[in-house]
Amino acid sequence: MDDGFSGRWIFEAPGAVEKPLTDSETHKDSTLRQFFFFGLGGIFQTMLQTVALSCSRGERRLFSDISVTVKPGTLLAVLGENGSGKTSLLRMLCSLLSPERGAILWQGQDIRQLKELYCAQLTYIGHLNGIKDDLTPVENLTVSACLAGDESSGALVQDALEAVGLRRSVHLLPTRVLSQGQKRRVALARLWLSTHPLWLLDEPFTSLDEAATNYLTQRLQSHLRHGGMAVVATHQEVALPTNAVQRLRLTG
Amino acid sequence: MSFMGVNWLKYSSPQAFYPLAGSLIPWCAAAAILLIGVGLYIGFFIAPTDFQQGEAYRIIFVHVPAAWMSMFLYVVMAAWAGLGLGLNARLSFMMAQAIAPTGAMFTFLALLTGAMWGKPTWGAWWVWDARLTSELILLFQYAGVMLLRTSIDDLRRADRASAVLALVGVVNVPIIYFSVRWWNTLHQGASVSMTAAPKMAATMLTAMLLMTVGFWMYSLAVTLARMRCVMVERESLLSWGKQASMQEVAEAR
Amino acid sequence: MSRPSMWETLRGIVRRDLLLAMRRRSDAAMSVFFLVIVASLFPLGVGPEPAVLRMIAPGVLWVAALLACLLSLGRVFTADYLDGVLEQMLLISQPLAVLVVGKVFAHWLISGLPVVLLSPLLGLQFGLGGESLGVLVLSLLLGTPTLSMIGAIGAALVLGVRGSGLLIALLVLPLYVPVLIFGAGAVTSSLAGIGGEANLSLLGACLALSLFFAPWATAAALRIALE
Repeated sequence: MDDGFSGRWIFEAPGAVEKPLTDSETHKDSTLRQFFFFGLGGIFQTMLQTVALSCSRGERRLFSDISVTVKPGTLLAVLGENGSGKTSLLRMLCSLLSPERGAILWQGQDIRQLKELYCAQLTYIGHLNGIKDDLTPVENLTVSACLAGDESSGALVQDALEAVGLRRSVHLLPTRVLSQGQKRRVALARLWLSTHPLWLLDEPFTSLDEAATNYLTQRLQSHLRHGGMAVVATHQEVALPTNAVQRLRLTG
Repeated sequence: MSFMGVNWLKYSSPQAFYPLAGSLIPWCAAAAILLIGVGLYIGFFIAPTDFQQGEAYRIIFVHVPAAWMSMFLYVVMAAWAGLGLGLNARLSFMMAQAIAPTGAMFTFLALLTGAMWGKPTWGAWWVWDARLTSELILLFQYAGVMLLRTSIDDLRRADRASAVLALVGVVNVPIIYFSVRWWNTLHQGASVSMTAAPKMAATMLTAMLLMTVGFWMYSLAVTLARMRCVMVERESLLSWGKQASMQEVAEAR
Repeated sequence: MSRPSMWETLRGIVRRDLLLAMRRRSDAAMSVFFLVIVASLFPLGVGPEPAVLRMIAPGVLWVAALLACLLSLGRVFTADYLDGVLEQMLLISQPLAVLVVGKVFAHWLISGLPVVLLSPLLGLQFGLGGESLGVLVLSLLLGTPTLSMIGAIGAALVLGVRGSGLLIALLVLPLYVPVLIFGAGAVTSSLAGIGGEANLSLLGACLALSLFFAPWATAAALRIALE
C-alpha cells in the first residue's frame, strides 16, 4: 500500500482535529464502530462515504486511501494545489470517473450499482460551465432543470437568475455575449432550482465577483440548513460557510 | 481454476505471464517453422496437379489458411477485448493489442494470395469476389482498431475505446459477409469459387491442415513476443519490469 | 423532487437539439448542400448519357447520402463535449442509452430527413422515375437512421481525439457497407424490374438491429471518452 507515491492527507473535523486515517484498517474500525453505535440506521442513513479511494492518472498517483464521510447538513471542502486531484476526486464522486481502488457508497450502497438512481440525487457543476452559447440564460436553465428533473416553470427560472444577480435585461440575450463571470452565474443559477440532496461543485467561485460569491455562500448555507450535503473543491476557503465544514487537503 | 495441477489464474498477472510467454515462444516458433515447411512441401510438390486450374491452384495452401486465420484472429481479439471490458483486466487489453497486427498481416496475406490466384484463373488481379471483398473490409476494420488505439494518448482510454470498436466490428463481420455475398449474386451471378474444388484429395487436405496449425503456432509465437514488448513498454516504471534485463528487452523487440 | 419519465427526458433532449439547430441553421443546410453538389458532379464526370446515368444512379445517390451523413456526425457530440454539457447529460437520472437515442434521433431529423426529402429531386436528375423513385425514398428513409445510429458509436469513440474528423470516417465507413449494399441494391433491383422488397426488408432488419445494439455501444463509448 505504501509505495511512496500515496498522497498524504489531513482530515479536520469542525472544531476538533481528528487523527488522520492512514490506511483502510482504520476505516474498517470506524465503520464497525459506527455499526455498533448507531445500528443499521447509522450506516444506511442518507450520506456519502468514500472507502479507501485511490486515483492515478497515467503513471502519476494523485491520491490514495481516502476515506471520508459526508453527513446531511455538512460540507466537505476539498483543498489542495493545482494538479493535486481535486477535480478527479469530484468526478469520481459523481460517477464520471471510476475509482482505481476503493469504493464510493451512498446510503451504504456502492454507486456503481445504483447508477441512475444515484445520479438522481446529485447536482454537479464542473469547471466547465455546461451551458450552450447559442441559447439564452433562460433557455439554458430551463433545459438543464428539465433534464435534472427539477421544476422549470418560467417564473422559477427568472427568480433563480435574479437570485444569482443577473438582471432581467440579460435574460433573453444569447449567452455568447455575456462575460465570463456572468456565464458562471448562469451555470450556478441551477443551484437555486436544484432540489437534490447532494451538491458537487468544482471551483464554483472562479471568475465570480464579491456580490456573486456572497450569494453563493448564502445559498450553500441554506442548502446545508435544510439537511443537504455538499462537496466543494476550491481555493477560496474564506467564501465557504463557516459552520459544519470539514476539510480534506490533497497533497499530491 | 486448477487444471492438471496448475493454478492457471496465477498467469493472469503480468509478473507471472512475462516469463511464461518467454519460455513458450521458442517452442511455438519451432513448431511453426516445422509445420509450415512440411505443409508447403506437401502442397507444392506432393499434392496432385488440378486438372482444371493447373499448378496455379497451389496458392490456396497459403490463401485458405490465411483467410481462416484472419477471421479467427479477429474473433479472438474481440473476445480478449470483451473480457478486458468485463473484468477490467489490463492483460486482456494487451493481448487484444498484440493480436491485431498479426490478424491484419494474415488478412493482407489472404488478399495478396487471392490476387495472385485470380490473375491466371480469372485473368484479372482483382475481382469483386464475395470472399475477397469481405476480406478487404476486414482489413479496414483491423486498420480502424489499430488507428483508434494509436490516436488516443491516454492508455486506459485507448484500450477501452478500441475494445468497443472491436466488439462492434465482430457483430458486423457476419453481416458484412452476408451482405457482400448477396450483392455479389445480384450483380455477377455465381463465380468460380475458390474453395469449391471438386474433390479434395487426402494429401491436399493434409497440407491445408498442416498449414493451418502452422499458422496457428506462428500467431501464438508472434503474439506472445509482441505481448512481452507491450508489457515492457507499459510497465517500464514499475518494479517488476526492471527485473527483465536490457538484453531481454532488446530480444523481445 | 420527481424523477422525470423516460419520455420527458427523451423529448427534452430532442427539443433542445432542435432548438440549437434552429439557432445554427447554416450547419444543417451545409450537409444537404454537400449532397446536392456531390450528386451533381457525377454527370459532369461520367457524361450526360441517360442510360449510363440511370445505371449508376442508385450507387451514386447512396454514396453521396452516406458521405453527407458522415460529414454531420461530428456535430452529434463534439460541441456538447467541449462546453461541458455532455458531462451534465451523463448525469441524468435515466439510462444513458435514452440520451443516445434522443440525440441520434435529433441528428437524424436535422441531417437525415432533409436528405430523404431531397432525394426524389436528385433521382429525377439521374433519370429515375416512377416506382424506382419511390423505392429510393423508402430505402433512404429506412437506411439513414441506421447510418446515424452506427455513426454515433464512431462519434462517441473519437471524442476529443486529435484528427477525429478523418478518423471517424475510417472507423465508420467499413461498418456502413451492409447498409450501402442493401440500400443501393433496392433501387437497382427496382430498376431491373424485380422489385426492391427483399432489399428493403433487409434494410429494415439492419435498422432494427442497430436500434437494439448501437445505443448501448454508444453509451459505453461515451463513458470511456469522458473518463
